[in-house]
Amino acid sequence: MMRCLLPGLVMALLLGVAGVGTAAIESFSFDSPEQEARFKTLSGQLRCLVCQNQSIGDSNAELAQDLRREVYEMIKAGQDDAQIVTFLVDRYGDFVLYKPPVTSTTALLWAGPFLLIVIGLVFLIRFIRTRVAATATDEALSDEEQARLDALLDPSAKEPRP
Amino acid sequence: MKARFLIPLGIFLAMAGLFWFVLNQMNSGEYNPRELPSALIDKPAPVFELPSLHKPDQSIGTPNFIGQVSLFNVWASWCVSCRVEHPFFMELAQRNEIPIYGLNYKDERADALRWLIQLGDPYVASAFDYEGRVGIDWGVYGVPETFVVDKQGKIRMRYPGPVTAEVWERKFVPLIAQLRSEQG
Repeated sequence: MMRCLLPGLVMALLLGVAGVGTAAIESFSFDSPEQEARFKTLSGQLRCLVCQNQSIGDSNAELAQDLRREVYEMIKAGQDDAQIVTFLVDRYGDFVLYKPPVTSTTALLWAGPFLLIVIGLVFLIRFIRTRVAATATDEALSDEEQARLDALLDPSAKEPRP
Repeated sequence: MKARFLIPLGIFLAMAGLFWFVLNQMNSGEYNPRELPSALIDKPAPVFELPSLHKPDQSIGTPNFIGQVSLFNVWASWCVSCRVEHPFFMELAQRNEIPIYGLNYKDERADALRWLIQLGDPYVASAFDYEGRVGIDWGVYGVPETFVVDKQGKIRMRYPGPVTAEVWERKFVPLIAQLRSEQG
């Protein structure tokens, strides 16, 4: 679907390096290095809703700029990280978080990798067991094979040398 | 275990079927991976009070929604897709289908007014959100976006993207009929 912010995005892409550079030029002044660190961490953890694979810290979209300003002002106003995150989740939903909370809809996402490991282990153990069983039965020689082996090992037998 | 070699083929067919289904849904407009669910569905519309686009000394805000089922359309003169949906909103306004309130989002007042003069004004009133803060409160992430607000002033639907006649019939008409039959 054509969203209006898309042309802006395309433009930012066309501008390439210049576009990436401007994101950092924005000047925010903080009361303490600790506040600045919090701002950087938070803007790295929040997803830009327009360019969905970028954080609001990375993105140059207008909405990302507005959300950065919003986060900045909340930090300056003395709000803690949880309050800022709640503010954004109330408006944009869990999608704004790169690390979604565990709910019934995200349970599979969180448990999936572990489920895959368990399934993989089960297969691996079954595979190893059948292999072990197969080699164990192979070790026993049939009567015919045993006779042939004895003949080969018997130095008195006269076999033509190759 | 004779048919064991068919297992990869089975997995392939299952995945191909899934991909085909999703692509089909995307082509028919049923599914859009960029479309986000609104966090505000069934919640009261975020309280706001903004100057009117036409009359800066008058204010438009949440109380305007109470007592009727209405649309809240986020638009801007710089927004290309807004031009796409605009003729349809004109049609809705001429048919007196539903009151449409506008949120003029991150726009210049002069540009917005010129846009309405050139193309027509389907809105009962437009609020002027120069900084886009009310947009953030409503969870707006692109323009245009259209909200359906019920009689109690609760948000019941958010449609991101241009509203066309087809979208209107499929998504809006049934919901609006249902909301109108609810107790105010």
